[in-house]
Amino acid sequence: MKGDKTLQEKLHPAMIEGDHTYASVTDKISDVTLKKRTPFHWFIGFGLAFMIAQLLLFTTIWLLANGIGIWGNNVPVGWAFDIINFVWWIGIGHAGTLISAILLLMNQKWRTSINRFAEAMTLFAVACAAMFPLLHTGRPWLAAYWLFPYPNTMGIWPNFRSPLIWDVFAVSTYATVSLLFWYVGLIPDLATLRDRAKNKYFKFVYAILSWGWRGSARHWHRYEITYLILAGISTPLVLSVHSIVSFDFSVSQVPGWHATIFPPYFVAGAVFAGFAMVLILCIPLRRWYRMQDFITHTHLVFMAKVMLATGLIVVYGYAMEAFFGWYSASQYEVFMIKNRIWEGPYWWSYWLLIFCNGLSIQLLWFKRFRESEFWLFVISIIVSVGMWLERFVIIVTSLHRDFLPSSWAMYSPTMFDISMFTGTIGFFFTLIYLFVRFVPIISIFEVRTLLPEANVHGHQQDFEENVNEVEYTYDRTDPPNN
Amino acid sequence: MQNNLYGILAEFDTATELVDAARHVRDAGYTKTDAFSPFPLHEIDEALGIKRSILPYLIFAGGITGLLSGIGLEYFVHVWDWPIIVGGRPHFSLPSFVPPAYELTILFAAFTAVFGMLFLNGLPSPYHPVFNVPRFALATREKFFLIIESADPKYDYEETRSFMESLEAQEVFDVEE
Repeated sequence: MKGDKTLQEKLHPAMIEGDHTYASVTDKISDVTLKKRTPFHWFIGFGLAFMIAQLLLFTTIWLLANGIGIWGNNVPVGWAFDIINFVWWIGIGHAGTLISAILLLMNQKWRTSINRFAEAMTLFAVACAAMFPLLHTGRPWLAAYWLFPYPNTMGIWPNFRSPLIWDVFAVSTYATVSLLFWYVGLIPDLATLRDRAKNKYFKFVYAILSWGWRGSARHWHRYEITYLILAGISTPLVLSVHSIVSFDFSVSQVPGWHATIFPPYFVAGAVFAGFAMVLILCIPLRRWYRMQDFITHTHLVFMAKVMLATGLIVVYGYAMEAFFGWYSASQYEVFMIKNRIWEGPYWWSYWLLIFCNGLSIQLLWFKRFRESEFWLFVISIIVSVGMWLERFVIIVTSLHRDFLPSSWAMYSPTMFDISMFTGTIGFFFTLIYLFVRFVPIISIFEVRTLLPEANVHGHQQDFEENVNEVEYTYDRTDPPNN
Repeated sequence: MQNNLYGILAEFDTATELVDAARHVRDAGYTKTDAFSPFPLHEIDEALGIKRSILPYLIFAGGITGLLSGIGLEYFVHVWDWPIIVGGRPHFSLPSFVPPAYELTILFAAFTAVFGMLFLNGLPSPYHPVFNVPRFALATREKFFLIIESADPKYDYEETRSFMESLEAQEVFDVEE
């Protein structure tokens, strides 16, 4: 970075670089979707992701045929990869909503060029997450009456006092509201695609999807209200979702789970993991599609800072967990903490976690690492691994030594656990690749508002005219000293 | 003359020109007007005299409906239809009932927000007379448009058209029905 920036530039960094107009912004972003030729790297990436996604298909079929006995979890570790992966994915989703909702309410302009694909990431991550609780029932076609309160002939209702049913409501609401939010944001851009598409079939599809949007001032007026209120209600929603996910653990009485710090610590961890995933996606995307003008260096640095801040909150959470264990003076809690950190057989996972989530992010204090795409990418991957390990540590180390020593056992995943998890990663990237090809990856209409000419001038002038008028009237009606 | 017109459309290059023109149109007493822009312009609401939408009240009502549905469902299930004691908690265990009711509040409010917005906007409307102007395709790209509809009480083809031309528009179009 150059050192000759003025203070003004440092305080208000440009969120858009290069000489752009409304037209050039529109063309540059929508061309990625409308271009006839699909870039070669897209086929490579999509093909690879799609192949990996087949593992999910294969494992799911095998699971439905044989039951969840093909997984490695068994008493005392009754919850393992299924819930680890669920929590990991749902946490990743949270950064999307944070960027689209909370940063909108805080008037952070840098959200504008990353919100679209961060929201898409949310949707796809939630889709991957939902796979695990559904499939861990073994017979998902019966899960309808286990999970949802609908009047069935057996007269069975779910138990609303259980955090697991709260989870169903939280996650399904989260998925629905995220989809609505994403789609509402897309409508004006789909109208742009409709008006620019040359291929008549694509034009037709985009026309249907854009609902006949024509950019009317009255429509924009209601649109803005909707967008702001959606942001307003998504903010408590996103905080509630991971809090409720953490209730799955903290409402129980298992040592290592029963802690009041869980909700805020889970939410911070979710945002941390989510920003890592946004960086993993956006560093290559901005390069491959030459979007450096819109996703600038400043954006990456800001995301790195959010990652550092939330990471430190998470590290504080680890410290508090250990402190609570000791301070509780409960022999079970003390045993759990000792067992987790140094005495138990999974001590290595704890220290790996501290390395990934605690130590690696310390590099982000330094400009050199924060401003290097390479290091950001590497640290983001380490953080993603770390956040997966965090759930592993919380879940497996708390369960494998339960209250009755005779039932103590070790947990290890089977190949189906691993293939299913890998499969969801493939599925996630398959969806990301399809999204990149068919939907504008950056919100075009919002980037237009970042351009200097989007500001309406003349207010100052009006104001001065009014002031003159007032003075004039005053002079006329009430002449001073006369 | 031109009897089957929907209105008269003027094209502008910048947001400032559009807002200025909209103020003139409002001051001239036209009410059946609309503006089109490639992104939301806050100044246009005041310039065209657009009243604040009732949408926020609808959304609030949607949220309250969600909250009551959630509490009502939980009451029905655990108190009315099949009372059963779980974990030693009362039939109506309000603290445990908060999370689902809270989520339903948000869900109903979000649905009302999105579908209320589309409904009040009269969408979907795959056809609209303004689409008959070929240059209107630029309204979703870079250009700004202002229309006075023929349904306006003050509308008179000759007069309105010459008024529109006086607004320093790039171009003025007749919009066919």
